[in-house]
Amino acid sequence: MSEVFILAQFVGEKIAKTTAELATCGAGIGNVTAIVLAPPGSGSALASQITFGSISKVIVIESADFAHFGVAASAQAIAHVVNEHKPSALLITSSAFGKEVAGCVAILTNSGLITDAVDVSSDLVATQVIFGGSSTVHSRVTHGCAIITLRPNSFSPDAAVGSPEIITANITISDSAKLAEVVSSQPPLAEGRPELTEAQIIVSGGRGTNGDFSAVETFADLLGAAVGASRAATDAGWYPHSHQVGQTGKTVSPQLYVACGISGAIQHRAGMQTSKTVVVINKDPDAPIFELADFGVVGDLFAVLPQASEGVKARKS
Amino acid sequence: MKIAVCVKQVPDSWAEKKMMGGVLDRQGVDAVLNDLDEYAIEEALRIVEAHGGNGEAGANSVTVISMGPERTADAVRKALSMGADAAIIVTDPALAGSDALATSKVLAKVIEEGNFDLVFCGTESTDARMSVVPAMIAQRLTWAQLTFAGSVVVDAATKTATITRVTEAGIDTMKAQFPAVISVVEKINEPRYPSFKGIMAAKKKPVEIKNLASLGIEPSLVGTAGAWSVVDDATPRPPKAAGIKIVDDGNGGKALVDFLVEKKLI
Ligand SMILES: Cc1cc2nc3c(=O)[nH]c(=O)nc-3n(C[C@H](O)[C@H](O)[C@H](O)COP(=O)(O)OP(=O)(O)OC[C@H]3O[C@@H](n4cnc5c(N)ncnc54)[C@H](O)[C@@H]3O)c2cc1C
Ligand SMILES: Nc1ncnc2c1ncn2[C@@H]1O[C@H](COP(=O)(O)O)[C@@H](O)[C@H]1O
Repeated sequence: MSEVFILAQFVGEKIAKTTAELATCGAGIGNVTAIVLAPPGSGSALASQITFGSISKVIVIESADFAHFGVAASAQAIAHVVNEHKPSALLITSSAFGKEVAGCVAILTNSGLITDAVDVSSDLVATQVIFGGSSTVHSRVTHGCAIITLRPNSFSPDAAVGSPEIITANITISDSAKLAEVVSSQPPLAEGRPELTEAQIIVSGGRGTNGDFSAVETFADLLGAAVGASRAATDAGWYPHSHQVGQTGKTVSPQLYVACGISGAIQHRAGMQTSKTVVVINKDPDAPIFELADFGVVGDLFAVLPQASEGVKARKS
Repeated sequence: MKIAVCVKQVPDSWAEKKMMGGVLDRQGVDAVLNDLDEYAIEEALRIVEAHGGNGEAGANSVTVISMGPERTADAVRKALSMGADAAIIVTDPALAGSDALATSKVLAKVIEEGNFDLVFCGTESTDARMSVVPAMIAQRLTWAQLTFAGSVVVDAATKTATITRVTEAGIDTMKAQFPAVISVVEKINEPRYPSFKGIMAAKKKPVEIKNLASLGIEPSLVGTAGAWSVVDDATPRPPKAAGIKIVDDGNGGKALVDFLVEKKLI
């Protein structure tokens, strides 16, 4: 059976849902080992959260350098493990950090790289959806370890539990990976809503909100959804940049994407085009976003959204 | 301060892109300068100008580097019109079909020969959308990697660069000694439009053309031949079936909820 390594991801001290997604994807390929990069002293607390039935082994590497030197130090440690164990694949979540780490590990291990896959078959053929959702591509890595980054929300995590074997690896990060230092870090503000890339439902607002996101937020909270925004809305300062969906924001593929007062510029679509179901509220019947809509309402979001919120509330009571 | 900016020519975002034999069809579409690279050019120009930029090959200058087919010269011309001092284009038939590993290898080789303090990149090319080339260049050169910068401050005296790294993981302040590779996000500045004077001046700026032989890179290591991943097939996705579209008659919100219930989304 082939060996598959995954990079476990944590949000603060808590395991990220994307780790379970990687594990589920990996289990369809072979025997799964999770790599945990931890600050000194936190290795066992982090590793103990890996209780997925699909993972057989956890390799814990502790070092203060991961937080201090980011991508370069993380890539060096992972490359060390990959060069030693020679797994047939390494799966990492697609994010700014994940993709950069994947790229550096590819160089350090002489391996091919595929980014933003939405599926990986048992024989390591990756599926990507490219050009803003207009084409599906199947590709394979032909040299070294198949390093593949997987888009969040592409897999429904398998619920089976297990207790993987935990081993510790001692790796010293060399000075060549300590050239750029993280002087300070400010994690994104927690707002009690789901993380955008992990959310099953996203309600997004654009210029059409005119700066008033309350209707968008109310509807989002009733659905347990995350709140997204177009660049017009983040540029205007109406919503934080960390909520921007699109080419220069986040790429999301939730079960349901509700676009309110967003015209559907190509850069916005690039970030949400793979959403399973798209619902649109826009007062302009010719807005290009309607091309993507499974259900579209031509109307004023300030009338349609509150009525929809009432409708959801009525169903709940 | 000698700065290089890596820029890529990409198919126009609005053009319909097609795959041909496993690679992007670059002939059949309009090509433009990757718009995210304009922010990198702008940032480099501002830094050099603040240090009394003194033109081609001067101690404070901006050199644009691009790898691509011959017509990449058009994208490079735009960068020169904005104010860059010189350009290096790497073009070679054997480069067609290069993956990010090969691209970073070629760009790193050019950079190595140039004695630069800083290299600026965009965060992403709008066609490949990998966001890996800047980190890979840094990895290959063993240079500091300052990527996803929302702001850049350089101190020429101490030869240090400080950035704020803006990603989904939050905001980090990062600091490094030269030489460093810096990629910039689109919030960092507002790129200038080339002025008429700039466009005229660009015509006289030096553009050096290199190929694999002049860089001493074995053709079998790059392009389709050297790629470490292959595309098995690429198929256009069936256009999305037309959805339901209603005009709000006072019950639009209710109809929306009915749709979500019917689809079992709530
Ligand atoms: C390099 C670059 C990168 C970019 N990256 C991104 C990105 O990552 N994400 C992104 O989103 N954009 C991005 N953009 C910007 C993008 O091109 C658009 O400008 C932006 O998406 C427009 O946002 P919008 O749809 O909210 O605004 P607009 O295009 O102004 O559309 C507003 C819409 O709201 C509708 N409307 C107005 N009032 C109401 C109402 N009361 N009820 C219902 N509907 C109403 C209007 O009919 C209109 O369709 C980028 C651009 C560039 C150049
Ligand atoms: N062929 C190329 N020539 C020059 N620069 C490039 C090339 N490909 C990528 N880059 C640089 O790397 C950045 C990220 O590209 P990518 O990793 O392809 O998304 C771009 O914004 C450019 O600055």
